[in-house]
Amino acid sequence: MKRDDGATMRSDDTGLLAREPGERTYLTEGTTLRSWLLSTDHKRIAILYAVSITMFFFIGGAAATVIRLELFTPKGDLVTADTYNRLFTLHGVIMVWFFLVPSIPATLGNFLLPLMIGAKDVAFPRLNLMSWYLYVIAGCFTLAALLLGGVDTGWTFYTPFSTLYSNSYVLLAAFGIFVVGFSSIATGINFIATVHLLRTKGMTWMRLPLFCWSMYATSLVMVLATPVLAMAMVLICAERLLGLPIFDPRAGGDPLLFQHLFWFYSHPAVYIMILPAMGVVSEIIACEARRRVFGYQFMVYAMLVIAVIGFLVWGHHMFVSGQSPFASMIFSFLSFVIAVPSAIKVFNWTGTLYRGTIRFSAPMLYALGFVGLFTLGGLTGLFLASIPVDVHLSDTYFVVAHFHYIMVGGSVSAFFGGLHFWWPKITGRLYSETFARSAALWLFFGFNFTFFPQFILGYLGMPRRYHEYPPEFQVWNVMSSTGAVVLAVGYLMPLFYLGYSLFYGERAPDNPHQATGLEWTTTSPPPKHNFLVFPVVRTEAYAYHDWDEAPGKADETMQDERA
Amino acid sequence: MLESASTIAPSVDRIFWVLVGLSVVIMTVVGTLVLSFAIKYRAGTKAYRGPLPDWMSREVEIGWTVATLFVALFVFWWAVSAQLPHFLLPKRALEIHIVAKQWMWKAQHPEGVREIDALHIPQGVPVRLEMTSQDVIHSFGVPAFRIKQDVLPGRYTATWFEATKAGDYHLFCTEYCGTDHARMTGTITVMPPESYATWLAAQPHGEDLAGEGAQLFTKFGCSGCHGAGARVPAPPLAGLYDRPVTLADGSTVTADEDYLRTSILRPEAQVVAGYPSVMPSYQGVASEEQVVAMVAYIKALEQGRSEAR
Repeated sequence: MKRDDGATMRSDDTGLLAREPGERTYLTEGTTLRSWLLSTDHKRIAILYAVSITMFFFIGGAAATVIRLELFTPKGDLVTADTYNRLFTLHGVIMVWFFLVPSIPATLGNFLLPLMIGAKDVAFPRLNLMSWYLYVIAGCFTLAALLLGGVDTGWTFYTPFSTLYSNSYVLLAAFGIFVVGFSSIATGINFIATVHLLRTKGMTWMRLPLFCWSMYATSLVMVLATPVLAMAMVLICAERLLGLPIFDPRAGGDPLLFQHLFWFYSHPAVYIMILPAMGVVSEIIACEARRRVFGYQFMVYAMLVIAVIGFLVWGHHMFVSGQSPFASMIFSFLSFVIAVPSAIKVFNWTGTLYRGTIRFSAPMLYALGFVGLFTLGGLTGLFLASIPVDVHLSDTYFVVAHFHYIMVGGSVSAFFGGLHFWWPKITGRLYSETFARSAALWLFFGFNFTFFPQFILGYLGMPRRYHEYPPEFQVWNVMSSTGAVVLAVGYLMPLFYLGYSLFYGERAPDNPHQATGLEWTTTSPPPKHNFLVFPVVRTEAYAYHDWDEAPGKADETMQDERA
Repeated sequence: MLESASTIAPSVDRIFWVLVGLSVVIMTVVGTLVLSFAIKYRAGTKAYRGPLPDWMSREVEIGWTVATLFVALFVFWWAVSAQLPHFLLPKRALEIHIVAKQWMWKAQHPEGVREIDALHIPQGVPVRLEMTSQDVIHSFGVPAFRIKQDVLPGRYTATWFEATKAGDYHLFCTEYCGTDHARMTGTITVMPPESYATWLAAQPHGEDLAGEGAQLFTKFGCSGCHGAGARVPAPPLAGLYDRPVTLADGSTVTADEDYLRTSILRPEAQVVAGYPSVMPSYQGVASEEQVVAMVAYIKALEQGRSEAR
């Protein structure tokens, strides 16, 4: 049943699943628990993922809160050293593998990719459901490791500490990570196949929205890098459980081998976290500036180049590890080279605003915040790519601040932006713009408040993973910890107003942002098979205006027609 | 403010602050553009919004890509050329041996003076640190010197510095190493050379490192094969240090500290050509500190000295 654009046509029934008589959406196709847990609908799997990663986000966030409270004073007075070590390990493991890596791909990607290319579902719907179950099983192992007493190796599992010296639940956690890796491989394979095989008529490669390109690039990295992580985890288990001397130097093993394997995955993993964010931001900025993306093709190639060079820079994590100076120089060079495509993207987002008709909706505030934080995060990456400066900053709070700017300021901002942008499509409800904008601003300030002082701490030499620290570092730590409280409050805000909108929010029209993109041509929320009539694509992505016409014109015409 | 107390610190700081300047410039450019576009082109203003001219979407794009690439390559070249002298360890330097373990730093001066979680060094003299770990990976980081080097089990890693300012500086373990990682800290005391000499003389001396090694060489029975007049065929050690050695598999290695260390702990790993692999392993018999002393002894053996053939 094709509905009219505009909320005026709806009844104002409240409640999560309230619907018009006869209306059928993916949400109303079965309301039992079974209908959710056995669903192969990519939209429902996206919701399953969204619920699970939200839970892990708050567990990881709680650990971060305790860490920051502990660092309020120089003495280790809140928790013991062992507890502290378990907390930052837990924070890292959960945030990386159970929140950031699946965050955008498994929720927004799962929900939107088939809709954006005009497909009924992903290429392998059952594999898609399996990937969620793998994620849940892996999550159970990791939570078990946590409840039994935790893991104290740091998320990096450096050998020989993790294999020979740690007295904690390394095996359980390593097995959890091994399994969760297969969940991302499954998602990756699914997305690659979906983009290749299921594009609707007229959806050529160069007409794909940048979000689809970002999912494609991310999937390539997931499929190629994650097996190496799995291998590294198997080797850890082999040494720890079976005593096979792989990393043990006493038996001729090489502890550095582990670092190479680990970073061969974990550096590309940074791009698994940031590429999807770039895709989301491109969609939001183009729509809210009512403008075609500046340099669409450059944006596509920049993402592919990032995905490829991302595999060749892992050694910049090892400048002080004792690797050969020659290797360090090559890795430094490639790390500088990868800055170029990232810079292209920042300039092109800025260029997209030029001569636009800009609206400052909540998603746009998140997206603009992303651009600022990502730029600063990227620029501080240049510091760490310079060998002499990295020697000084390596393993200090400067590194902590740098990657939080990329992963939290970047990826999490974009995830929140995307969540707001597509919320009406996913849930069929509108959230409160006022609350959402305040939360976006609040989070931006809270984030900088928390993490900017850490750059200074790092330059001053404060090492990371320190439970206690010399008193001269206290002033910056107090600032950071205060900021963390602000940030924590900020992260709770969406939980309330988005939650409220589910039950009492106004009904969303099919295309509340007047956005292009096939996902907006179907109903909000979409029907079970996405489209009632399968769409045909006749234009490039982001046709917010004709090439020879100013942006905003199309909106005026639309408004005229409506009036 | 962070002290700058070594010869390399000013050049690290120079790169750091230029990068800060570059970041400020780029953040300002991006920030100004975003903000001014946001204001000028916000919905409802009467700003001109015609189509973009062709040159803007091609030349501008290529222009800023190339500009970014050049800036990146320049910073790379500058940073690497600043680092090159630090990659090369000075030959004539005060050689301090560091053995790290959970959770303490042990330092040995060549004269045999030992310190724990502390290191006294003279100002204005290049100091070379030869380091190894008894258990997990640690890292020797001194922010005031802008140096940091991971300390690995099973091999020697080295770094060097020349302190320029007397004073006490933090030593941090900067690679996570377990429970008391945050307490694996120490103090580096830089003293004028005269005060250093006085300090050194006042410390309880044992044998110097090589002398201690000589005693261990006898105690562990090494001299039975490698010593003068031994009947078992064992490769001669005199003048061995820093020379090329041909191995049984035909390859050649340099007899550096790492080679000597490996040959003591895992003799079967690199067998010298022409000799049977009969030497027992000293893994678990000799401690890291004892190995350090024996390596110092072998290094001190001159060609033709009587202790070894």
